[in-house]
Amino acid sequence: MPEVITRHSPGTLRFRASELGYGIFVVVAGLLALVFMVGPVAVGLLMSFTDGQTLQFPPQGWSLKWYAELFDPIASQPIHTAAKNSVQIALWTVAGAVVLAVPASYGIARLGGKAAASIEPLLLAPLVMPSLIYGLSALIAANLVGVSPSRWLVIGGHIAIFGPLMYRATLAVVQQIDPALEQASAMLGAGRFATFRRVTLPLLVPGVLAGSFLVFMQSLDNVSITLFLADPRTTVLPLRMFQMIEESLDVRVAAISGVLIGLSLIVLLAVQYLSPFLKPSR
Amino acid sequence: MNALAAPSLRNLPYFGPMLTASVLFFLAPLVVLAVYSFSSPEGASLANYARFANDEFSVSVLIDTIRLGGSVVLGTTLLGLPIALLYWHAGPRIRQWLIFLILLPMLVSNVVRTFAWIVILGRQGLISSTLLYTGLSSTPTNLMYTEFGLILALCQIELPLLLLPIIAVLSRANRSLVDAARMLGAGSWRVLLTVLVPVMLPGLLAGWILVFASACTSYVTQAVIGGARLIYLPQFIYREVGVLFSWPYAAAVAFVLLVSTGVVMLSISALSRHRRLVGHA
Repeated sequence: MPEVITRHSPGTLRFRASELGYGIFVVVAGLLALVFMVGPVAVGLLMSFTDGQTLQFPPQGWSLKWYAELFDPIASQPIHTAAKNSVQIALWTVAGAVVLAVPASYGIARLGGKAAASIEPLLLAPLVMPSLIYGLSALIAANLVGVSPSRWLVIGGHIAIFGPLMYRATLAVVQQIDPALEQASAMLGAGRFATFRRVTLPLLVPGVLAGSFLVFMQSLDNVSITLFLADPRTTVLPLRMFQMIEESLDVRVAAISGVLIGLSLIVLLAVQYLSPFLKPSR
Repeated sequence: MNALAAPSLRNLPYFGPMLTASVLFFLAPLVVLAVYSFSSPEGASLANYARFANDEFSVSVLIDTIRLGGSVVLGTTLLGLPIALLYWHAGPRIRQWLIFLILLPMLVSNVVRTFAWIVILGRQGLISSTLLYTGLSSTPTNLMYTEFGLILALCQIELPLLLLPIIAVLSRANRSLVDAARMLGAGSWRVLLTVLVPVMLPGLLAGWILVFASACTSYVTQAVIGGARLIYLPQFIYREVGVLFSWPYAAAVAFVLLVSTGVVMLSISALSRHRRLVGHA
């Protein structure tokens, strides 16, 4: 039997003096782990402002010269092309995912029951598939039916693997829609498709936005699928960076990293500040 | 039409296209991969698998890959638990910032994070400079192309994958469990071991699956930080495809990778269905 009844009052988050050890452990170990997790991002960002020709860290001096070189339209033209390809592929992937996965999440949610439970695992399976292995299988399969690597094959592969992210994001929203809204629409004489288009789809927008963001980021970052399915002319940004790192440790990679880190920061801050406005009464 | 068929027919136009796409562009290629892995000049056989199993080098690559995944799971767990505890004890304000700090590295491209680790691990990198500056070492240290460096990098890269499911579980957790334990006289460490860890366990197991799969197959990080000396299955497969053009053998190796990571992932998820282990929270 515990003989000491503590004077702990529920709800306080302070650590008791007798357990200072635990409190210090949580705060110190937690902060160290946070530094470990976020520090490399800061290192990548700081590195991009180096004055030097090498990846010496901390840098001897600071400058923006690698950014200047990165944005030079002639010297860095291959990088710009790769970036454009990446964005293009990611946008097509998002479009494909919207067209396939948004209706699917609605259909499966309304289908319900055993049938839905037996179909859904197949739709979600790509999420647990290592994309490298998928890339190889898609290459072999495409080769078998006489399709050679191309930009469109990359987009198809990205849709197959990242589409389920969209499905999952919209499914969560579909399941929260009040069935009375769709019933009201049906009672007022709207057909099934009209109800889907005019009632359900507008309600799905937050899910579609969240899904689009996930799919876009995943597609933009993917190397393994692209590695197998792209033709030599279709270089994408992460692949180009990978090659630059492997070949020469080009310091422009630091500037590209700086740009990408900056974009991530902006997006995340925007979401952080806008999310209260994007989430209406739920 | 009976009552069961009607809803599936009515909904078919909505889920049909994605289902067809999944079968054609996801399932079919995997079947092709499986069939291909059994093909050899002498017809269907286990030759590719036999070649893999009898080759000491390829077996050691498989073991190294699984071990790498295991080390990263262990490392992220040790790093992730303190952050999870910090989250548990923090108020809503700090919680929001913790989520921000977890999402930030996750949003940054994998290649960028890998690049940052070159800057940290290299001969002129952060670790080397720090050791030289503090006098702990008189010669530059190079942690690139070492297993330790690779594990460090992957631990940082995969840590958010472990943390997000744990934090999801903690956000829903019932605080009165902790209060009850405290009323009964349990100290903080005891609460941690007997209440918080079991509460976190479903999230922890979900995170382990994600981290393990991701660490075993992270081609870019393995290739860049591991270099040419440390070979793991993804590079092994890519070399067979891109350099040696032996596709059937690459297909077999890919299947070995798929099955061996799959077995580990399935056993973790079997654990998470174990009622006495994860049950009653």
